[in-house]
Amino acid sequence: MAGAGGGNDIQWCFSQVKGAVDDDVAEDIISTVEFNHSGELLATGDKGGRVVIFQQEQENKTQTHSRGEYNVYSTFQSHEPEFDYLKSLEIEEKINKIRWLPQKNAAQFLLSTNDKTIKLWKISERDKRPEGYNLKEEDGRYRDPTTVTTLRVPVFRPMDLMVEASPRRIFANAHTYHINSISINSDYETYLSADDLRINLWHLEITDRSFNIVDIKPANMEELTEVITAAEFHPNSCNTFVYSSSKGTIRLCDMRASALCDRHSKLFEEPEDPSNRSFFSEIISSISDVKFSHSGRYMMTRDYLSVKIWDLNMENRPVETYQVHEYLRSKLCSLYENDCIFDKFECCWNGSDSVVMTGSYNNFFRMFDRNTKRDITLEASRENNKPRTVLKPRKVCASGKRKKDEISVDSLDFNKKILHTAWHPKENIIAVATTNNLYIFQDKVN
Amino acid sequence: MSQKQEAENPSEETGEEKQDTQEKEGILPERAEEAKLKAKYPSLGQKPGGSDFLMKRLQKGQKYFDSGDYNMAKAKMKNKQLPSAGPDKNSVTGDHIPTPQDLPQRKSSLVTSKLAGGQVE
Repeated sequence: MAGAGGGNDIQWCFSQVKGAVDDDVAEDIISTVEFNHSGELLATGDKGGRVVIFQQEQENKTQTHSRGEYNVYSTFQSHEPEFDYLKSLEIEEKINKIRWLPQKNAAQFLLSTNDKTIKLWKISERDKRPEGYNLKEEDGRYRDPTTVTTLRVPVFRPMDLMVEASPRRIFANAHTYHINSISINSDYETYLSADDLRINLWHLEITDRSFNIVDIKPANMEELTEVITAAEFHPNSCNTFVYSSSKGTIRLCDMRASALCDRHSKLFEEPEDPSNRSFFSEIISSISDVKFSHSGRYMMTRDYLSVKIWDLNMENRPVETYQVHEYLRSKLCSLYENDCIFDKFECCWNGSDSVVMTGSYNNFFRMFDRNTKRDITLEASRENNKPRTVLKPRKVCASGKRKKDEISVDSLDFNKKILHTAWHPKENIIAVATTNNLYIFQDKVN
Repeated sequence: MSQKQEAENPSEETGEEKQDTQEKEGILPERAEEAKLKAKYPSLGQKPGGSDFLMKRLQKGQKYFDSGDYNMAKAKMKNKQLPSAGPDKNSVTGDHIPTPQDLPQRKSSLVTSKLAGGQVE
């Protein structure tokens, strides 16, 4: 039943939490979370340019009531801060996105990107080392050849597991603006990178050139009205990708149609009642994330207040809309003043595309079951950190009399935001990132 | 025929009125928020949510560096004691010409991520 089941039918339990308890170090802010294709590995990137990869333990056959835990597998510095003297631009080392390649051999590969540079990292295990060299001592010192009287064949002997990360490709200098997305094509040979105004197509083997496939930069920058906010390749059709905009539209492009995909094949946009328009309308309609379903039939978008599911066959409106925190509509003024209105929340699908999840404020996160139409609000907090403790659903009281156990909108902590969440591709295991902690929750296994 | 129409009209109107009220209740929070914002910042909203935000977004990370000013400032420094950094080392603004001493350290994190150290469960 992996991946199936509703948001409410599943009982979510605390499993693990990673990170410091009391901390305000900016470098520790988690900026991306991603499971690999098997779900065995879980990668995080942070503001300090570091990547930490966790590996799920092999299931303990004797302990049937718990799945494998995630423990640190590898950690490395992916990106460094840079200063572009020519453009007078400070380039943050913050990891914006990590995307895993499907596994082809013993090693694991992932792409990590900051604002300007994408890197392909190889993560490999070493559990044997050669011993018995003729010309070298075990500690590395060279032996005097004249002292060698017999020859031996070096052999491999087991050693403690060492996990090494090495940068295999560096894809640089292709983006004038800030990279917000990377997406690996289903052909497993190419990938796209998107910045505010352009999308480029790369081959994983070739670092010195990339093809520009979308360019929405106006001839006169004064005429700029829209930027690209996210982009993704279709999971099955290697010629298809989508990109979302700050105006709430999604464009689907077919690379077979032309080399430069400035003209979309499909434009997804929900019509807006002009009488409803306000100063905030465009800002809150800006799409912060777009994700195809695993099936490839649907795509999900996240704007400030809602999650929308679109059928790729229907452009004029989403097929499902879920309100994440509608109670914030009457707080837009203060959310604009404290910049929270510009927060970029991500969203994700479960393995069977039946449930979607996204984050909110106060360390709350929400799940919507597409079949039962039920939703649930949970909290990532160290207060519930006894393993196998079932999480209690939370409720925000929008107005009026607050019931017991409800929290009022004015008490919400807007500094505690959950922007990044990830769902294991096969099982009901989720990774939820608060500002600088990573929580892992699992469904209750009886 | 005309009698029928007259009979139908009143109910139609009530229906529309109902819809109007519902819509008004729907937009009310957002419009109220907009009014609040305009009251605080009257100059805002000439271009609703448009180019200003986008331009700000595109210019993230921009720091202005003039090598001529910088070298002149460095030359001046040689003659007097290096001034201690201002109260806020992180903001170098206005007429102040940044020198290497003033710029915030841009070293990468040599410290291992806390997610990787000391698992707390």
